[in-house]
Amino acid sequence: MSAEANIRTLTIDEVDISARADETILEAAREHNIDIPTLCHLEGLSEVGACRLCLVEVKGARRLLPACVTRVEEGMEVTTHSAKIDRYRQMVLELFFAERNHVCSVCVANGHCELQSLALRLGMTHVELPYQYPQLPVDASHPRFTVDHNRCVLCTRCVRVCGEVEGANTWGVMGRGAQSLVITDLKEPWGESETCTSCGKCVQVCPTGALFEKNRAGTKTAKHPEFLPYLRIMREGEQR
Amino acid sequence: MSDTKTLATVWLDGCSGCHMSLLDMDERLIELSSQFTLVYSPLVDQKVFPEHVDVTLVEGAVASEDDLKKVRKIRDHTGVLVSLGDCALTGNVSAMRNRFGPEPVLLRVYPDGQKAPSTGVPALLDRVRPVHEVVPVDVFVPGCPPSADTIYQVLTELLAGRVPTLEGVAHFG
Repeated sequence: MSAEANIRTLTIDEVDISARADETILEAAREHNIDIPTLCHLEGLSEVGACRLCLVEVKGARRLLPACVTRVEEGMEVTTHSAKIDRYRQMVLELFFAERNHVCSVCVANGHCELQSLALRLGMTHVELPYQYPQLPVDASHPRFTVDHNRCVLCTRCVRVCGEVEGANTWGVMGRGAQSLVITDLKEPWGESETCTSCGKCVQVCPTGALFEKNRAGTKTAKHPEFLPYLRIMREGEQR
Repeated sequence: MSDTKTLATVWLDGCSGCHMSLLDMDERLIELSSQFTLVYSPLVDQKVFPEHVDVTLVEGAVASEDDLKKVRKIRDHTGVLVSLGDCALTGNVSAMRNRFGPEPVLLRVYPDGQKAPSTGVPALLDRVRPVHEVVPVDVFVPGCPPSADTIYQVLTELLAGRVPTLEGVAHFG
């Protein structure tokens, strides 16, 4: 196949752009500095389309589509910002805040949290939906890390980085819907996990204060997920 | 006096941090005091909420029967009601007891057969609630506490007859 056959032309927010056929709307948009908010997406990990914040309008489609898992197509007309999309994103954010106990003021991630930043960015000043106040556990059995399910948004970044990058497959998801929990092994206490290598990648990619390093406070609680793309490039280099 | 607006501030279930932040406006308080008359507040000696107040800042969540009564009365007698800070907006720390309910919390505070006071203090509500779940709110000011700059911006916008928008300006926490 010639190189031209692999290129698709489309419009995003009425801007003519071209993208490789294997790219997603999100990738194509970001290459052209078109901003689409995301939460579960992280460069260097596979896409799951879990958070629904990247929903966009595609002309002809009957529903909004997640930009992170929708491939570009020839002649596609994509809209990334509209009153309807803003309303949906706002609703998605409110659902996150209402579902668990995200108390920003007493969170280790306060000031370094992607959920908190998204609320600011998308202009969410309060939550109309009733808060659920579920009773959720905190597992501090690991000597270095803690998992606080009250702060978890079920983005599954920890599950993906553990399986795809570290290769340990310690993290998984149990349950359904709002009752889902990220678990270590077969819901063993994290500190007793036989598969966990204590590498800490899950902590660095967690967007909120759900996974955090012990004995750290203030600015030291900032996460550093930027190692991922580099790690990937280095590994691909080794395989050649 | 006629061109000044009346201002009230109320302290429900919060830590008073939002009021501290209000005082943190420093010399800007003097500037504002020529345009606002503070008619009711923990900071002034006025026991009864006035018949009509132009702007009321509400700090804190609605946690007791007394808070509920107060906030309803305030709503009835206020032009612009401002939810000030995370407790008023989200319940925040005050609402952390909602996971357990009031009884287990009282038992934790008054253990070993001690009796929680039942007279002279308002009964706790089953659930601590954000202000907007109880009465309509006009302006939402996030922050724990909102910064002095944010509060100043809100008050000057209201003085100019505009509804302040804090979207993208002030965040939770």
